[in-house]
Amino acid sequence: MSVSNLQTSLLDRATPPPLPRPARRGTPAARARYTLTVLAFLLPSAIPLTLFVLIPMLSAAWVSLTEWNLISPQTFVGLDNYVNLLTDPETGAVFLHTLYYIAGYLPLVYVGGLALALALNTALKGRSFLRGIYFLPVITSWIVVALVWRWLLNPSNGVVNTVLAFFGIEGPGWWSDPVWAMPSIILASAWKDLGFVMVILLAGLQAISPDLYDAAKVDGAGWWRRLFSITLPLLSPSTFFVLVISLINGFQVFDQVYAMTAGGPNGASEVVVLRIYDLTFRYGAAGEASALSWLLFIVVLAVTLIQVRGQKRWVTYG
Amino acid sequence: MADIALAPRRMPARELTGWIILHVVIVLGALAMFFPFFWTVITSISPGVGLTIAPTLIPENPSLLAYQRLFSELPFLRIIGNSLLLAAVTTVVQLVTSSTAAYAFSRLPFRGRGVVFAVYLATMMIPLQVLIVPLFVELKSFGLLNTYLGALLPTFASAFGIFLLRQAINQVPRELDEAAMLDGAGHFRTFFSIVLPNIRPALATLTVFAFMGSWNSFLWPLVVLRKPELQTLPIALAGLQGQYVTEWDIIMAGSVVSILPMLALYIFAQKYVIQGVASSGIK
Repeated sequence: MSVSNLQTSLLDRATPPPLPRPARRGTPAARARYTLTVLAFLLPSAIPLTLFVLIPMLSAAWVSLTEWNLISPQTFVGLDNYVNLLTDPETGAVFLHTLYYIAGYLPLVYVGGLALALALNTALKGRSFLRGIYFLPVITSWIVVALVWRWLLNPSNGVVNTVLAFFGIEGPGWWSDPVWAMPSIILASAWKDLGFVMVILLAGLQAISPDLYDAAKVDGAGWWRRLFSITLPLLSPSTFFVLVISLINGFQVFDQVYAMTAGGPNGASEVVVLRIYDLTFRYGAAGEASALSWLLFIVVLAVTLIQVRGQKRWVTYG
Repeated sequence: MADIALAPRRMPARELTGWIILHVVIVLGALAMFFPFFWTVITSISPGVGLTIAPTLIPENPSLLAYQRLFSELPFLRIIGNSLLLAAVTTVVQLVTSSTAAYAFSRLPFRGRGVVFAVYLATMMIPLQVLIVPLFVELKSFGLLNTYLGALLPTFASAFGIFLLRQAINQVPRELDEAAMLDGAGHFRTFFSIVLPNIRPALATLTVFAFMGSWNSFLWPLVVLRKPELQTLPIALAGLQGQYVTEWDIIMAGSVVSILPMLALYIFAQKYVIQGVASSGIK
């Protein structure tokens, strides 16, 4: 297990090959054939990604060095956009709000999604139906979900505050209160994405052999013991996937903020991508918006690389 | 872990309590998950209802008028057809491009593979809002504006899908492909007959997400498909919101119509996930 573990870890050039590698040792013809095989497997994805993501990304990098309102011609301004951003206190604020969102959202959605996946992976009656129900919010548009949550969390007559009042607790102002705006967004987002995490983890759970559990039961391992010694280690590739994707999506949080609070009240929930959107379409500053996108990109890339480096410590592959 | 939920006839009191709590929590949670969808359906059959007031659980004058108007006032069949076509092609192509790339990243070592994979992942990390303008200029230069191909091309490869399937292939025991290789199978044979059958749950998951991504995508189709006859469902629904400012029943009827095919696909794919595991015979 440790060998394949090393082999699949990223950015690790000094990996010992676990499988015979005809490419390195074989004849030039065999090597050429191996190269062709690799290309045959990679090019179908590499060509569209290069043409339709990497090239536009580089164009955006060029835009970030110019002043441009999308209409009149671009003027080259060097690193001015970056200097402006880094000296603008608003930039720090939107990154802090985004981090706050991630810190609240990630634990909620992962623990909730895991509990749900475990519960719905059991031989529960009607579990297909229940899985469908829990997946409903994932496929419902944010426009609808945001309306519903604004109504549920309505400060004066919303369901949540009515229930709290029943227990003698005075509910907060939720999305209308600067302190509670972000928790409201976090709550709605975790609720909507639970089904997404559930589906990914369920696919991972399906791949774990039931024999392992039977063997553990024979050995007298209890439920918690089986969870920590079998399920979680064997589920770690799926968990790793969920964490990486959730962090990338978390840094790009937009739809729910736009639909629930539009960044308010008083900018209390303004996040990075909302700022990018405002810069482009409200202030006609496409150059600064592209620069902010590249700053965001660098932050997300750094966080992802740290995760990828760290995975060796806890992710086990078959 | 299957034992905690099946309630056998002779169950110790402690386990029975756990069994009851589990069911109560799951059912309450399901109700909370179901409620917004329920509200959408109720609003869609309550003509003239506003969204600022709390919904009544049983509509006073239920009617399917909103659904009728949806199909009579819009070329709704054409719109659904457009959305289905784009989503189906995107899904099939992504299944091919993601599974082949994932196989390379899991099973075909080559120099610089880690860096290439990092570049693949990096393509997910820049917000679409910034890529839209350069992408539009590029597709315009190819003469692909207002074509299905123009809407489709940027969706042909997905780093999300590649990453999802790579994690799944990494979970497939290497002994299986080693055995196949010893029997003389090459990488293509191993890929088709060993790896793909063993990652069916992940393939089904990707099918759902690829279809959903295309079905719900808004910004790119809006920019590239300007002709009314090429409109997709989310764009038509957004148009409704401007057109009928207070007619929430029509908007919600449109939402219901847009949710149902996704739900059907999900239920179908989920069955396939379980069958896939049961029939692979190896697990």
